[in-house]
Amino acid sequence: MAFTIKVNGTAHSVDVDGDTPLLWVLRDVLGMTGTKFGCGMALCGACTVHVDGAPTRSCITPIDSVGTAAITTIEAIGATTAGAKIRKAWLDREVVQCGYCQSGQIMSATALLTGNPHPTDADIDDAMSGNICRCGTYVRIREAIKQAAQS
Amino acid sequence: MTVNASTLRAATTDQPSGLSRRHILQAAAVAGGGLMLSLMLPTANDAAAAGEVDAFTPNAFIRIGTDGQIILTMPYVEMGQGTYTAIPMLIAEELEVDLKQVRLEHAPPNEKLYVNPLLGIQATGNSNAIRGAWNPLREAGATARTMLVATAAKRWNVDPATCRAQSGEVFHQATGRTVKYGQLAADAARMPVPKNVALKGAEDFKLIGRPAKRLDTPAKVNGTAVYGIDARPPGVKIATLAQSPVFGGRVKSVNDAAAKAVKGVRQIVRLDDAVAVVADHMGAAKKGLEALVIEWDDGPHAKLTSAAIAAELEHATQAPGAVAQNTGDAAGGLTRAVTRVDATYQLPFLAHAALEPMNCTVHVRQDGCEIWVGNQAIGRVQAGAAKVTGLPPEKVVVHNHLIGGGFGRRLEEDGAVRAVQIAQHVDGPVKVVWTREEDIQHDMYRPYWFDRFSAGLDDKGMPVAWSHRFAGSSIIARYLPPAFKDGLDPDTTEGAIDLPYALPNVHVEYLRVEPPGIPTAFWRSVGPSHNVFVVESFMDELAAAAKQDPLAYRLALLDKAPRAKAVLALAAQKAGWGTPLPARAGRGVALQFVFGTYMAQVAEVEVAKDGAVRVRRVVCAVDCGTVINPDTVRAQIQGAVMFGITAALYGEITLKDGRVEQGNFDSYQILRINEAPAVEVHIVESAATPGGMGEAGTSAIVPAVANAIFAATAKRLRKLPIDTAALKQPV
Repeated sequence: MAFTIKVNGTAHSVDVDGDTPLLWVLRDVLGMTGTKFGCGMALCGACTVHVDGAPTRSCITPIDSVGTAAITTIEAIGATTAGAKIRKAWLDREVVQCGYCQSGQIMSATALLTGNPHPTDADIDDAMSGNICRCGTYVRIREAIKQAAQS
Repeated sequence: MTVNASTLRAATTDQPSGLSRRHILQAAAVAGGGLMLSLMLPTANDAAAAGEVDAFTPNAFIRIGTDGQIILTMPYVEMGQGTYTAIPMLIAEELEVDLKQVRLEHAPPNEKLYVNPLLGIQATGNSNAIRGAWNPLREAGATARTMLVATAAKRWNVDPATCRAQSGEVFHQATGRTVKYGQLAADAARMPVPKNVALKGAEDFKLIGRPAKRLDTPAKVNGTAVYGIDARPPGVKIATLAQSPVFGGRVKSVNDAAAKAVKGVRQIVRLDDAVAVVADHMGAAKKGLEALVIEWDDGPHAKLTSAAIAAELEHATQAPGAVAQNTGDAAGGLTRAVTRVDATYQLPFLAHAALEPMNCTVHVRQDGCEIWVGNQAIGRVQAGAAKVTGLPPEKVVVHNHLIGGGFGRRLEEDGAVRAVQIAQHVDGPVKVVWTREEDIQHDMYRPYWFDRFSAGLDDKGMPVAWSHRFAGSSIIARYLPPAFKDGLDPDTTEGAIDLPYALPNVHVEYLRVEPPGIPTAFWRSVGPSHNVFVVESFMDELAAAAKQDPLAYRLALLDKAPRAKAVLALAAQKAGWGTPLPARAGRGVALQFVFGTYMAQVAEVEVAKDGAVRVRRVVCAVDCGTVINPDTVRAQIQGAVMFGITAALYGEITLKDGRVEQGNFDSYQILRINEAPAVEVHIVESAATPGGMGEAGTSAIVPAVANAIFAATAKRLRKLPIDTAALKQPV
């Protein structure tokens, strides 16, 4: 059936089954490929988007649960204050290696910083432990979040 | 500059017009041979015949357009290791351009132009891109620069020696005249190619050795970077698949009625050993896959277990193998020894678990085949697709992409071959995306290894005999058969032979045993990922048997290996070796010389009462010769350490009834940020030839952790992953 969802401020109508995960609507139907598929079970965080500001695993979020909520993806997160700080810190600290998980890392880190402008090490571990980085960029993710918090 | 969808061009589809680069490449390919600067240069006659020249393409790596664009073609693929920054640094250093002036493109498949000189094929692996490129790509840059300077000098009617190149311009010192490379391109294309160009000395380097910002990063933080899984040719359908859960099994029957009823499902493709669901999007494809009822014929491996494979390997090591190293008289040394130490070790099968699941997009037409994929060896992809379709290789166009984690998995073409098999049944392009479970359960795995060691110690506890025999799969024998000779190959034995230690009597044997029913492949840090663990664990056991400090014991054996000794001493000093730690905490050390790089790591671990191991801190000292981008060296070690800790603590693929028992990140655990240690990297300055950096950090950390566990608990763990039950504190 048809659903109208709001992604990065723009309304999109899509005709898919109601149990279709948001991830596939973004990637395959709308062609917004910045959000990544890693596991399909909310185990790796690569698919993280914001739904009304809350970090959400789009791979297990059925499209019929989204309603009129504002969905924000990696393509637009740089327009938010926290997102811009995180993105700059990611570049300054050269966090990225293969980069495949980094959309999700940045979305989780931005949500953390938005809700908690001065996170402790434990806060960072808590907020980021759902995001796997197979390249192992964790040392720099910690540094970058701290830099962004100070900026 | 940035690398994104618009700037990172696919060389196969976006050719310059006029005297095209492709034309030049093809001409060179027909002529055959290695790195053929002279053959690739258009001659004056060719250029005249073409009537126009829109670019200066002195070789297969550099294209300077008359519009001023400088495009570098990358012979090695970017999968996180920083090669799309380090390779441009080598070229730009000699070409005298700034990194921000260049655009990058992925090389098309061309084994002659883009061969990795250290592998003999067009492939990115074994941490040898920089080692292979160090001279040829600096020469490529220097050749182009020399020709541009000569062109400007001719135009100004001055001596080329009075001109110099800088930031994409040629400058005449006496008159202050400058001319941009783009303005010289058309004339430079008609200049003769100089032979034996001089390369800069290290004292003149402007780029090499200084931290550079990665060129691929900006697109990776805003969602515009294009990985293979992001390819979207017009009209593309999405497919996912189920392959026989037992390797070598077949499809017996398929009931696809319910799958076909799923909204968005377009087609079911049945192959001999797999079934694919083709749909409008992956959500529908996955739902369709779940609705399929497939009956499998499990075939000959229906009862296979990993325990049976391990037992077979253990049994194999009771017979002699191919002699990989024989120095002195190890057997005699053992007989004469005051103390004898024996140990066996086992390493499990491992999956790669790159975060980008296996995927490949294919459009099969009657007269050709087009492939979009991220792969470490696209020549193999092209050849594999040609074989399946019956097309000549040149009719198979391959667009390479950024890779969301390679680790050896993308050296294989199996995923592309599978996608071509499916695409042959589909009208239009189809993107085949594996679920995470398919990715884990149909990986090609790091081999299982069984190792047997014996050593003899003299009355002072120092080694007088070292005997090592091991059994497992040879990846090289399958992947590069000519490199497997007399039962040996250079990868399988790297890190097991020619150790940096002064050992008087050494005997090392290898038995190639290919396990049935499970495919094996290269896995980050390859041979050394196995050998460094067993060698450095056993060296620790010798120190313990001699009742000596494991650091002092190693240092005493390194007088003839100054670079090895220096990294070991540096890592130990920076780690505070010997300073007290709490109960059930310990430090472990490991040393290696692999991939042309010397590295020592000290790991600091805590072992909880329940046996859980936490790696708190890792200190690494590295001497990788001349450093290209020091920030990448640090990043690669920081990440490789996490990759190795994952293997030490968690990594294990097991088989039961022929089926891989792990499936997703719940059962195949990856280290997370809350478990990640602090990592310190100390780089030793060196002017030696560059060593490899992409993998070295993964092998050294594993024995460092195991040795630290021994220091913390007095428990020696000889089988990976570590068994936390064995580490429980006695009540």
